[in-house]
Amino acid sequence: MTDAALSSSRSTNPFSGLMSGTAGPVLVVVLAILAIWYVGTFALNAPFQRDLYERADRVDVPFSQLVADTMAQDRPKLPAPHQVAIELWDTTVEKKITSKRSLIYHSGITLTSTLLGFAIGTGLGILLAIGIVHSQVLNKSLMPWVISSQTIPILAIAPMIIVVLGNIGITGTLPKALISTYLSFFPVTVGMVKGLRSPEVMHMDLMHTYSATRVQTFFKLRLPYAVPYLFTSMKIGMAASLVGAIIGELPTGAVAGLGARLLAGSYYGQTVQIWSALIMAAILAGSLVALIGALEKLTLKRMGLAR
Amino acid sequence: MLTAAEIEDGLEDAMSEQAKRVIDIEKLSLTFQTNDGPVHALSDIDLKIEEGDFVSFIGPSGCGKTTLLRVIADLEQPTAGSITVNGLSPEQARLNRAYGYVFQAAALYPWRTIAKNIALPLEIMGLSKAEQQERISKNMELVNLAGFEQKYPWQLSGGMQQRASIARALAVEPDLLLMDEPFGALDEIVRDHLNDQLHQLWDKTNKTVVFVTHSIPEAVYLSTKIVVLCPRPGRIYDVIDSDLPRNRTLDLRESPEFLKIAHRVREGLKAGHSYDD
Repeated sequence: MTDAALSSSRSTNPFSGLMSGTAGPVLVVVLAILAIWYVGTFALNAPFQRDLYERADRVDVPFSQLVADTMAQDRPKLPAPHQVAIELWDTTVEKKITSKRSLIYHSGITLTSTLLGFAIGTGLGILLAIGIVHSQVLNKSLMPWVISSQTIPILAIAPMIIVVLGNIGITGTLPKALISTYLSFFPVTVGMVKGLRSPEVMHMDLMHTYSATRVQTFFKLRLPYAVPYLFTSMKIGMAASLVGAIIGELPTGAVAGLGARLLAGSYYGQTVQIWSALIMAAILAGSLVALIGALEKLTLKRMGLAR
Repeated sequence: MLTAAEIEDGLEDAMSEQAKRVIDIEKLSLTFQTNDGPVHALSDIDLKIEEGDFVSFIGPSGCGKTTLLRVIADLEQPTAGSITVNGLSPEQARLNRAYGYVFQAAALYPWRTIAKNIALPLEIMGLSKAEQQERISKNMELVNLAGFEQKYPWQLSGGMQQRASIARALAVEPDLLLMDEPFGALDEIVRDHLNDQLHQLWDKTNKTVVFVTHSIPEAVYLSTKIVVLCPRPGRIYDVIDSDLPRNRTLDLRESPEFLKIAHRVREGLKAGHSYDD
């Protein structure tokens, strides 16, 4: 008997079985979002649709027709979920990956710069954290800059990074990636500082009684202690990296990447295209974070920390 | 008149006498500077510990017994007086890996198996894999943990974890074992059992043990020398040399000799105002 069946047989509430697993609640939330989305689609697109009817002198249009028409506009204020789904299907499965209209192609461009920026950001974050934890001077001199760097709106600084780097001959993926780096190093630095400082006093004393060197203490005590913190910050850093890569594509008028799709969509009022790019970005971010989550589970299990 | 040879003999005697002295503490004081003013954790401590001694520090919390142990281990610095461990400064002794330290909690690393935990100090010492393996199995045998090599700490009971931490301290093969209330967090049944095992271990290996406790029966049962400390300022009130036989079993606790020493410890604690509020 499954868990769901077991719990429903014990309970008098007929829905308790459905809600006991994870599938039930997830399904309910997805359905709720879709319902709100459809209602919103109707509410936002109906005025324009009524305008159209008026101009065409069509009166007495049945309500069901109105509803159907608000869901089938070319450039709706808010496209219906199924319109976005069809657009997603058309631009991924139906198009060749090499095509400029393929969302897979654009995702690939953004993904490359996301991953590059994330890798640099994570590395930088770890290095900064190591310095900050081991040196009082670096702690006092670096930490304020690390924090204040994140108070500047990324949208304001992104064009400058692109322009400055462009002037010294760095173009292409790297400038975009550096914007991802700018966003992703922060959570990693903060998380790793916390993680590397988290060993108990007794464990630190123990290393002292062994006359362990700083390097030994780092690799045998501080680093293992920081691993769970690292994964948590990497999840945040990965999501931030993707945002950074998309933002990096906006000010340059890039021709490829999810950011470019968003930009092109907004130039031509292609809301369906915008939304499908947004959904694609969300799927991408979700998958990347899930990937880190899986890696985390595997690592902690191998370390004997997951029970 | 002494001949040159006699003087040399005398010197040699003195040297070997000196070599047998593991810990020599003279007029040692330690004052912590806190926001509420200075705290005299240790005041005017004089103590000699010979090779093969089992010395217990007993006293109420705040009497400085753990601090004194930490000074020996070079985890705290005295503010006055002198201390030598194996004739060296505590720092030198620590660098020579003169002692193994057992903390109040097992302090095992949760991401290491029991065998890997015991290997930790050996890795730091840079021993070969074969040597590590040999010491791991030898010491796990010694604390009756053979067969638990691949278990993680959380899979073991509190008593077993503490035994693993003792094996880890022994793996360094120190002549001196410093133990800070190692069984304080365990229930009395487990504690009695581990006391018995620790006594046998000491009897077999002839190591010098310095043992911090707040249990009178534990101190009397295990020790050859009991140091009674009292608080504010932390100081030594009494040093009791135990005349109990070396070979001890838990039944000894009901014997008149045992109770006599226990009584003297209690009297010492009382006179040192340990029972005052």
